[in-house]
Amino acid sequence: MDQMLTKPTISPMSAEATAAMLRELVAHLRQNRTRLREEWVQRIIEAQLLTAMSKEEIFAEATSVYDSYLDVLETGSVEALQAYARNLSERIIPRGVETHEVLGIVLLLRDVLARELFTRYGSDFGTLNNVLEAYEPAANRIATTVGVGFVQERERVIRQQQEAIRELSTPVLPVRERLLILPIIGVIDPMRARQLTEQLLRGVRTNRAKVAVMDITGVPAIDSTVANHLVQTVESARLLGATVIVTGLSPEIAQTLVTIGVDLGKMNTVGDLQGGIEEAERMLGYKVMPVREATQQG
Amino acid sequence: MAVPILKQGNYLIASIQAALTDADLFELRNALVTQVGRFRSRGVVVDVTALDVMDSFAVRTLRDIAQMTRLRGAETVIVGIQPEVAFAMVQLGLTLEEVATALDLEEGLAYLVERSKRTGPEIGSHGG
Repeated sequence: MDQMLTKPTISPMSAEATAAMLRELVAHLRQNRTRLREEWVQRIIEAQLLTAMSKEEIFAEATSVYDSYLDVLETGSVEALQAYARNLSERIIPRGVETHEVLGIVLLLRDVLARELFTRYGSDFGTLNNVLEAYEPAANRIATTVGVGFVQERERVIRQQQEAIRELSTPVLPVRERLLILPIIGVIDPMRARQLTEQLLRGVRTNRAKVAVMDITGVPAIDSTVANHLVQTVESARLLGATVIVTGLSPEIAQTLVTIGVDLGKMNTVGDLQGGIEEAERMLGYKVMPVREATQQG
Repeated sequence: MAVPILKQGNYLIASIQAALTDADLFELRNALVTQVGRFRSRGVVVDVTALDVMDSFAVRTLRDIAQMTRLRGAETVIVGIQPEVAFAMVQLGLTLEEVATALDLEEGLAYLVERSKRTGPEIGSHGG
């Protein structure tokens, strides 16, 4: 009675039996390579995956993936596949292929192959079960490897870009003797704020600057942490003997700062960069005028 | 370690060479406030370039020196605060408000000269 209720259990296979099973499986899948590959590509196109690639390209990639897939099933080693997945990701990420597409095609292949196993071993339930037992973990591992490889490659690209942006993000430019400008564009996160402080203070020291104009026209928003950090930067610069003028506060930022109650009493603010530079020149004792007027005066 | 105080024209220059104990700071304060009167100095420059740490007592002493010498007729400038020290001070809320600061000794002296020009020519000073 008990036995009737439980599923038909198959005695767990030995590692050897699993390996033998996989070998047979791989041989079968190799034999039917052309047909299965064709079927897979058909399903990829039906599911509208990899739309950024042409049919020929999909077919070429599918062939490589199919072969690596069988290699993994056969050898159990995912290293070669990992390398291939990285390489593939490098090639297709710039073309705008999304994560769901990559996962989608690998899972489709898994399904195509699983169906094939059903067709072949469907008549013998015990064998089918054994085959699936051997096939499923390997297939899942492959899906994970490819997915992880793709995501890692993406993250690597993102990190690289962040690095590049960070390097470009806070230039400190001397415009006149003892006058620096810092145009800031884009969102300031705490990390960037720290970097900005460092750059500004170092810039003040190396250029012996008296005045620095920090232009935040290109900054869409500021939160209280960053605002406080800016105030601290301004005060630190004062301790080095330099005055900081902040320019280009957008209406949104001005409202935010007042609403959250950041103490801006110590900040020197001017409407726009032009005004800021004029103010700085005045502080430094420069007077800029058209040549004609200057010659008349002089 | 005592801090050497040099007289340079109308100004006194105190150049701190190493980390100071509280007692040293106290002594520096006394010496400066006294000597400002003795030499009839118009300004004091305290150079802290050599310090890579400034605690709250040091900052308070510097502020006290500035206020005390001001009462005795001399303006004090703190010069040479390192960038990292400056940011650390601000984070601790030690901002040396109402005390003049400058990048280095040269700048500090320039500030004092500029200031004395603004407050009128000094008697006995050559040029102006």
